[in-house]
Amino acid sequence: MDFSFTEEQTLLRNTVHSLLQDKYDFDTRRKVVKSAEGWRPEFWAQMAELGLLAAPFSEEMGGLGGGAIETMILMEEFGARMVVEPFLETVVVAGGFLREGGSAAQQEEFIPGIIGGESVWTFAYAEPQGRYNLADLKTTAKKDGAGYVLNGYKCVVIAAPWADKLIVSARTSGGQRDRDGISLFIVDKSATGVSTRDYATVDGRRASEITFENVKVDAAAMIGAEGGALPLIEKVTDQAIAALCAEAIGGMKKLNDATVEYCKTRKQFGVPIGKFQVLQHRMVDMFMAYEQSVSMTYMVSLKLDEDAAERARAAAGAKVQIGKAGRFIGQQAVQLHGGMGMTDELDVGHYFKRLTMIDTQFGNIDYQLRRYADAA
Amino acid sequence: MDMSFSPDDLAFRDEVKAFIADNYPAELKAKRARSEMTKDEILAWQRVLHKKGWVAPHWPKQYGGCEWSITQRFIWNEACAQAETTPLLPFGLAMVGPVIYTFGNEEQKAKFLPRILSGDDWWCQGYSEPGAGSDLASLKTRAVREGDHYIVNGHKIWTTLAQHADWIFCLVRTDPSAKAQEGISFLLIDMKTPGITVRPIITIDGSHEVNEVFLEDVKVPVENLIGEENKGWTYAKFLLGNERSGIAGVARSKKSIERLKTIAKAELIDGEPLMKTDEFSRKVAELEIDLTALEVTELRTLAAESHGRGPGPEASILKVKGTEIQQRITELTLEAVGNYGFVQAPLGDAANSNDFLAGPEYAPGVAQNYFNMRKTSIYGGSNEIQANIIAKMVLGL
Repeated sequence: MDFSFTEEQTLLRNTVHSLLQDKYDFDTRRKVVKSAEGWRPEFWAQMAELGLLAAPFSEEMGGLGGGAIETMILMEEFGARMVVEPFLETVVVAGGFLREGGSAAQQEEFIPGIIGGESVWTFAYAEPQGRYNLADLKTTAKKDGAGYVLNGYKCVVIAAPWADKLIVSARTSGGQRDRDGISLFIVDKSATGVSTRDYATVDGRRASEITFENVKVDAAAMIGAEGGALPLIEKVTDQAIAALCAEAIGGMKKLNDATVEYCKTRKQFGVPIGKFQVLQHRMVDMFMAYEQSVSMTYMVSLKLDEDAAERARAAAGAKVQIGKAGRFIGQQAVQLHGGMGMTDELDVGHYFKRLTMIDTQFGNIDYQLRRYADAA
Repeated sequence: MDMSFSPDDLAFRDEVKAFIADNYPAELKAKRARSEMTKDEILAWQRVLHKKGWVAPHWPKQYGGCEWSITQRFIWNEACAQAETTPLLPFGLAMVGPVIYTFGNEEQKAKFLPRILSGDDWWCQGYSEPGAGSDLASLKTRAVREGDHYIVNGHKIWTTLAQHADWIFCLVRTDPSAKAQEGISFLLIDMKTPGITVRPIITIDGSHEVNEVFLEDVKVPVENLIGEENKGWTYAKFLLGNERSGIAGVARSKKSIERLKTIAKAELIDGEPLMKTDEFSRKVAELEIDLTALEVTELRTLAAESHGRGPGPEASILKVKGTEIQQRITELTLEAVGNYGFVQAPLGDAANSNDFLAGPEYAPGVAQNYFNMRKTSIYGGSNEIQANIIAKMVLGL
């Protein structure tokens, strides 16, 4: 049993920590979020330069040979600063698909572009009728000569406005919710027949609604075997869940620290409000919720390579913990800050908003509870 | 004991429903959030009701109110909530109006009450200060008597819709040497007086609802003092008691639960409506049961009030439970919309608001409403302060 970080891991944390300290203060983030682009390509390039985008790829693929723990460290630091750039979407998710299921040719062709920061990716999977069910797909891919033709609609594709490449889940056979018959395709966002409508999300990021109308793709654009993509999708989205949990604990820590600090300095009735026991116990509950979340984040990060059922339980369990703790900590941080917690000016409300939406991403508490129960 | 409606009540219900159906301004029907509305739009319904004489159901007749019974007021609130009419602004009608007719002099009643009823004067509330929130009595805004005027200096915060206001009712310190509660006075201040600056505060949902109000050497005629100097805390508490009893929002919450159910029936999970799933329908059921309890608790409180008691410290229950329920509704509504909870609706002057609204028409703004409603357990005396009131005043702890 050992929960300590290696020297290299500590170095990685220090690197990203000081980068964010220099380049990602709250005011900068606010400007970025309100800008027309909504993100900073030049910051993305800097992340690439420092090797952050290479962290979880093997050395053979040109990466730094890190794994889930390195991703966790990075995401936790990103969460602490509410970084909007699409590390999760590009490196964790798309990178995960290429790493876990891509052919040698695909890995060779695409991973260098991700590591180098030249290419931004995202995963277009959700559909309006499907809610969080990864297999509930109306989007179809029909065989057409040597390739496929895609038709369908994907909703709330986060980071799509910044992306040039999409990984799209589509049905090559079977019924709307069958586990079999799902395939994954690499699609250029600029391909004929792909149309997007972009919008801002409530947590400071951007998303698109994407329509695929007779979009032609080569057979070489398929990741993995035809019709057999769901296990891969589940594996990679569980990796995404672990990364989201790490992002969440980064934000929770910020909220808890800010709240304790505020309650020590804010005076009412002649004393710091932190002297009131009802608020002390509230902050103790916030602290315990955070610690339990850290534990679940470590746990899921260490279990991503277990068999599918154990991994699913770990991911679902961690996501439930993070969902509940994120809601509680977010709400109480706002409450204990009083009116100040409600202002756009203070970072507290922004962390609250991001934590709220993390619960929605890749399935909320109810969905993951059901998944946990089914997997148990 | 009797919770049913008499034939007269039923006739009254038909009458108010018909009136709302025939007279609610059509152009307001598409507006859901007050932050999307212009000043005239916010006031439009009040003007209609004023013409009809129905603008102040709880005011005494002699001041232009309806003096409706609690049953009638209950029916009226239900009918307005069902029709989703714009809520009337509480600052004049529910807050300062009753203070003026209870503690004000004849000149003040004649000058202010008609214009509160008509909406010609828009009021805002100058209570909180940066250093005086939960501990309201520690407020520092100073009013110094100079001849026929007070000179007021200070800084108010969280002033809702001050950007539109013609008048502000202010708690000010007139005797700094007295014990906290005893040196406070209640002043009415014309917002056009030189020395008043309003600075907007944007909240986490992107809207501009609240403000800071800076008062710098503001000259206020002595005749704008309510009641006696240094007795302002009594009037302030009277007002807060009224605020608490109005804050339960039962009828509006019923309507919001209806809306939540409509959404949960439209949203699918594995091809089935979300509302059909055990986990979700039970959460909605719990919420409805909580709301039913609150509804009857409110009626009991109102009944006691109509017999000349209250609104006592028990009214704090209505504030705590009412806001918890309102918040829970927005929380479940956000859960219900699933992925489309991410969509930001255009609100106020949010720079990055969308002109394209993705997803079903009910989704945009649901998250922002959830964020915005966190204010309810903070304002009007935080829920922690309400618990203190119950502990001390009701339980004698």
